[in-house]
Amino acid sequence: MSAVLPATQGARPLAGSRTLFYKELLRFWKVAFQTVAAPVLTAVLYLLIFGHVLEDHVKVYDRIGYTSFLIPGLVMMSVLQNAFANTSSSLIQSKITGNLVFLLVTPLSPLAWYVAYVGASVVRGLAVGTGVLVVTVWFAPPGLVQPAWILVFALLGAGLMGSLGLIAGLWAEKFDQMAAFQNFIVMPMTFLAGVFYSVHSLPPFWHAVSQLNPFFYMVDGFRHGFFGVSDVSPWLSLGVVLATFAIVAGVTLRLLQTGYKLRH
Amino acid sequence: MPAVSFQGVAKTFFGPRGTLRALDGVSFDIERGEFFGLLGPNGAGKTTLISILAGLARATEGRVSVMGHDVVESYADARRSLGIVPQELVFDPFFSVRETLRIQSGYFGVRHNDDWIDELLAGLGLADKAGANMRQLSGGMKRRVLVAQALVHRPPVIVLDEPTAGVDVELRQTLWQFVARLNKQGHTVLLTTHYLEEAEALCGRIAMLKQGRIVALDRTANLLAATAGSVLRFKTDDALPPDLAARARVTGRIAQIAAHDASEVEQLLARLRAAAVRVEDLEIGRADLEDVFLEIMQGAIAEEAA
Repeated sequence: MSAVLPATQGARPLAGSRTLFYKELLRFWKVAFQTVAAPVLTAVLYLLIFGHVLEDHVKVYDRIGYTSFLIPGLVMMSVLQNAFANTSSSLIQSKITGNLVFLLVTPLSPLAWYVAYVGASVVRGLAVGTGVLVVTVWFAPPGLVQPAWILVFALLGAGLMGSLGLIAGLWAEKFDQMAAFQNFIVMPMTFLAGVFYSVHSLPPFWHAVSQLNPFFYMVDGFRHGFFGVSDVSPWLSLGVVLATFAIVAGVTLRLLQTGYKLRH
Repeated sequence: MPAVSFQGVAKTFFGPRGTLRALDGVSFDIERGEFFGLLGPNGAGKTTLISILAGLARATEGRVSVMGHDVVESYADARRSLGIVPQELVFDPFFSVRETLRIQSGYFGVRHNDDWIDELLAGLGLADKAGANMRQLSGGMKRRVLVAQALVHRPPVIVLDEPTAGVDVELRQTLWQFVARLNKQGHTVLLTTHYLEEAEALCGRIAMLKQGRIVALDRTANLLAATAGSVLRFKTDDALPPDLAARARVTGRIAQIAAHDASEVEQLLARLRAAAVRVEDLEIGRADLEDVFLEIMQGAIAEEAA
């Protein structure tokens, strides 16, 4: 007997997925003050403090002030962190309170789970990102040179982090394990992705290390959409992000199919 | 085609402190329209068996099907045929009762289901709670929502895993009336319970599970007939003679001794008199399922010891 479920089953592989997507949206929307407004405020605080302190000291690109430079980075950081938070917190809460059983007894396929959870995390990521942009853009308008890149990297970045949140939510059994995943993997990788600085300003060793971080390409490609300049070519960033997305999505789907920590 | 079929189901848990054989080759069928009871002491494997049926756990060996659909290979069809009321009192604190039921319905691809949802709410005495958040409900009310959730996609097979544990009398009555009505309408019901009088009153057939094995499986009436027919109950402050103490079930001052027929009852009374045991409130009753249960469980222990 195979332990692996087929990824889809029946004529309507995504049946039920729409409801799960809707439920996940409703879940964060009902506590929007905490899930949308709070991260926007956090990003604004970063901007006020770092922008104020560093505006006259840091010059990243010619003709671009530091506050302008910082805004896209903060927007992308908010998109990534909130997409991750949505899937990971939803799953860990459902696991710990036990109400995940309501989903486990349904005919939803692994693909339907994936699409719904990650879809909702993308919406939350973009909602927070838009909020941060709308509030911060008045401080130092960063420009919108190539909006298509902005959209592409925001969508891919949020989807990638939503997937990663799903993996973390499946793996973690307790809130402190989730906090460890967040504090030791997600936070360092986002902070070291060049949100607050250009990696060109780093010593050669850390510059090289940064280029191994897939988060760097998400932030750099996203920023390219605002300024038309970036540390590396946006096409290289797109390639790295797509490849990372494919790997993470593949792992997530595989975990869902095998019922990793879900079906014993 | 039976409603539910278990064939050689085994489940082994591999833990850090060795392996545990929770189910050891369980095979039986539940026919369509049956009200079937699954009994057994704690740790017998009842919940493990239900979990495998629901797809919450996977069998190490064997096959399980619901309405002819294998729970692994055709999991979607199997789960559509099944409504599970879980043992734990779980709920999603983000939603109201109606939202909870609409969402559960949507998972099964059933949209615009409010007519049936209203019927469930009315039948379970939840009509005035439809707009209440799940957090605001009492334990009994939450239990009713669990039942409604299990039925929201109109499954032909309903599984109730100890649904009346810690539930007040009124809810038990509501629940059993409701489930009995569904059974009359043709739904197959599988019930696990600790309350043996419930199983006796409701179930047409009963399987008894002990340490992962089926130790009895028969019509409820046959199970009752096959074992001790009568029970002698009395109160006493005296110690019973050893031969009687060995076969008596003692709860505080109350002693119960099973007897197969009237002449055995007479012998027991004579024995009590000879031993000078002073008895109060003596009565002779019909054996209930609890006596059968204990007799079979003790038999299973004796067999193991042999």
